[in-house]
Amino acid sequence: MDPAQAAPAAFLLALGLFATGWLLSLPLHFLRKSSLPLAGFLNAFALAGSAAAAAAGAAALTAPEPWRWASPATAAGFSFSVRLDPLSAFFLLSLAALAVPVSVYSFGYIRHGAYGSSPVLRSGLLNAMLAALALIFTAGNVVLFLVAWETGVVASYFLVTASHAEEETRQGGWLFILMSRAGAGMVYVGLLLLAAFAGSLDFDRLSGAGNNMPGAASAAAFLLLFFGFGVKAGIIPLHAWLPAAHPVAPSNVSSLLSGIVIKTGIYGIARVCFDFYGALPPWAGMVVLAAGVVSGLLGVLYALMEHDLKRLLAFHSIENIGIILMGFGGGLLLRSFGYPKLAALALVAGLFHTLNHALFKGLLFLGAGAVVHASHTRNMEEMGGLIRRMPRTALYFLIGAAAISGLPPLNGFVSEWLTYQALLAGFGTTTEITRVAFPVAGALLALTAALAAACFVKAFGITFLALPRSEHARHADECGPSMRAGMAWLALACVLLGLGAPWLVPAFDGITLQLLKTRISLSAVSWGSAALQAPPPRTGAASPLVLALLLAAFGLAPWIVWILRRRRVSVRVGPVWDCGLPALKAENEYTATAFSKSIRMVFSAVFRPRREIQPQFEASPYFPSEIRFESGVSPAPGASIHAAAQESLLRLALRTRQIQAGSLHAYLAYIFVTLILLLLFGVRP
Amino acid sequence: MTASLPGAVFQALLLLLASPLISGLIRTAKARLQTRRGPSPLQPYRDLAKLLRKGLIVPETASAVFAAAPFVLFAATLLAGLLIPTIAAAAPLSQFGGVLALVYLLALGRFFLALAALDTGSSFGGMGSSREMTIAALAEPALMLALFTVALGAGSTDPSRMAQAAIGQSWRFLAPSQMLAFAALFLVLLAETGRIPVDNPATHLELTMIHEAMILEYSGPWLALIEWSASIKQLVLLTLLANLFFPFTLASGPGAPAILPAAAFYLLKILVLAGAVVLVETTNAKMRLFRVPELLAVAFVLGALALISTFLFGAR
Repeated sequence: MDPAQAAPAAFLLALGLFATGWLLSLPLHFLRKSSLPLAGFLNAFALAGSAAAAAAGAAALTAPEPWRWASPATAAGFSFSVRLDPLSAFFLLSLAALAVPVSVYSFGYIRHGAYGSSPVLRSGLLNAMLAALALIFTAGNVVLFLVAWETGVVASYFLVTASHAEEETRQGGWLFILMSRAGAGMVYVGLLLLAAFAGSLDFDRLSGAGNNMPGAASAAAFLLLFFGFGVKAGIIPLHAWLPAAHPVAPSNVSSLLSGIVIKTGIYGIARVCFDFYGALPPWAGMVVLAAGVVSGLLGVLYALMEHDLKRLLAFHSIENIGIILMGFGGGLLLRSFGYPKLAALALVAGLFHTLNHALFKGLLFLGAGAVVHASHTRNMEEMGGLIRRMPRTALYFLIGAAAISGLPPLNGFVSEWLTYQALLAGFGTTTEITRVAFPVAGALLALTAALAAACFVKAFGITFLALPRSEHARHADECGPSMRAGMAWLALACVLLGLGAPWLVPAFDGITLQLLKTRISLSAVSWGSAALQAPPPRTGAASPLVLALLLAAFGLAPWIVWILRRRRVSVRVGPVWDCGLPALKAENEYTATAFSKSIRMVFSAVFRPRREIQPQFEASPYFPSEIRFESGVSPAPGASIHAAAQESLLRLALRTRQIQAGSLHAYLAYIFVTLILLLLFGVRP
Repeated sequence: MTASLPGAVFQALLLLLASPLISGLIRTAKARLQTRRGPSPLQPYRDLAKLLRKGLIVPETASAVFAAAPFVLFAATLLAGLLIPTIAAAAPLSQFGGVLALVYLLALGRFFLALAALDTGSSFGGMGSSREMTIAALAEPALMLALFTVALGAGSTDPSRMAQAAIGQSWRFLAPSQMLAFAALFLVLLAETGRIPVDNPATHLELTMIHEAMILEYSGPWLALIEWSASIKQLVLLTLLANLFFPFTLASGPGAPAILPAAAFYLLKILVLAGAVVLVETTNAKMRLFRVPELLAVAFVLGALALISTFLFGAR
């Protein structure tokens, strides 16, 4: 079929399947509330719908003309419209690339009670959430965008709070919906400000609208939209909901939250920065770049301090949002300096990292789900040795950990490489003083990436390696086939997106053509010979495929020699050196807290660690009977932003109470004054 | 530029065969400076040969990660070495990945070694792993800044191009940016190769070791692979310093008349740099672990100054 027709057909099919899955859940919920087979049946709609969405995204990405559809105007005078342009198609494809394996995984995962007491309803809600996400990415006007945005928030809220019997879950869900509302409020004002000046709610007409506004309004709308969407994306200091909501949600939902839901914020930022604003002053690029650097570095530093596996992953989402924003910020700066080709490289680096992060973080959350289910805890200090009990999960988690650490030849390496090249090109080509920002961001990206590697050594090492640290970990069981299949799919995607990157990057042509009027594959960068090239006149290349083949060859050669020799030398299994103690026990192992101790000390200015040791003794102080030990770090800036907001609201309320004297005369006076003022200013002939 | 298979094979052999000699020479020279007789420079070869012949003991707690790590480390380190020029100005494989790939390949090896250290369950392994990852994380930004500085001057992240860009300008290394970047990279070299004042390669004192703590449970051929990789990594970083900043003796083409003097000069450069390492190791005491970040902060500042001076005085 012609891609121009295939895309809308597949898209409508996807929406239809999601809608059916959701609508069916309502009657079924009242018939058989807790039926797991029915929940699985509804989950099949999510799987089929995601597959259709993948087809739609792939077809629309290469379609010559974006597909558009608009409803007739409603009584209130507005309409809903859908548009599948390349940027929308890319995000739709990212959604589907993650949603397909997640829904495969869910078949097995929800059998273990992940959806709480009403699995049928929540399986339906998963469909609703996916439909809302698909519509957020493909909305063609402000009205449908905001409706889909709100639907997405509500659907995710009920999925996050599946185990609402626990206080922590209710708190996390509450913070999620509270901050989402605040962010959405900023987005509303920003979008309506843009729409007011453009005189239209249509995204087609809003394109470039940001530049046809008075300076102050234009800047205000940009800041409102960036930080409004930033709440959703989880940039520091607006991230508080992320590490609260991700851990308490069922892991298939956390996977989607981290992989795609926070990417709606990234979509919004990309749409606003590169589409609604045809040009932005350099300060805007600096704001985005700075937000990226701060979120990246603080995100990974706080991830290092976590020993709750899922909170650790949540903080890494903040870090990766930071890396994505470094690409976007670099792109904005380069565009404002007049280098659209380099800007395209930076934008593609950010977008590629968006897709990569959806895949490897999705994978890691699914792995964490399997681990948490098997070990009955999220605390890494009670895991350990799981690689022997769950070898497949361990392998997939390891691939995800290597990918997120940016190790070659996996996909994380590719997008970080592109980001470095964009930042380097930015410094080498431009002449403005602000170009110093590029290498500084590059160096901090290096620090972020190296700390991420340290963190995933910890996450994988403490969770899967050495001796089990608890009874549950000792008896953990490998997860079922559908959960393994979901993870295997994502692990394979991480490998293929790394190796195949040079062939995939030209697919971004449509996006760069649309947003920056340049082709990433032809003009700025030449992607021949299976290698990624730095943009001319600079040179430098990387070919993940060749690197992978050479790595395999150099690793296998000594391995084969070893296999051949192994029969002739003695290979014994022996105890570990433990300084002569009777036997190595799990208590002797390095813990996650101990592992991150050196980083906690080095960055103590950031963490302001506190620690309390209270020995209790009966007779002599030299023989304590009990030692109470507590340690912790101060939360990241903005972690209690909601509390601060609440406090200032209460203070404001107290202040306004002063005019509430309780005296009837005073109130009559207020009414009189208001009436006079209204007559004077409000009612004009 | 095309990949040359003979060049790649030759360079792989060079790295494999010469790297233990450099480690041995550093050890001998250090001993002599400390008025000890010290082992023969050929001792690392004997050690490797002995370890390769021996059997091995696998810790009972270890998993497949422990078995895979030496091979991943070896492959990643050797591949990193093929991305940079040694004797000829054209590195055999640099068009498949430049300095950024080199940094990340070294990170790949480190990642697996640190995992293997945790895999044994021994506290020493955990300690070494934690310290190694911390120090590497702090060294990485300084390394990147120094490499950025050179890459900006050359307009490329391809090490062959970076070297070739400087060949025509013999006095380029006197530019402030280059000298500062060199100093930063030298400090990173000390940290990355586990040299005094960061780590002491000669010690097995439990509380101070970093690299040795990670590989405490390795024995036999697997240990040989790790030791060999460490030597190769050291030679790779020395080569990077020698050829990015003083590339003018590199051979521009094939043929004995070009190669032979270039090889001699290459050896000379490596020996001079190794001598500098020996001097630093002999005249300094090992730092406390929590003083090391200060050293790496100095490296970072030097790297940042290098970049800023490119901005002020130009890269060339």
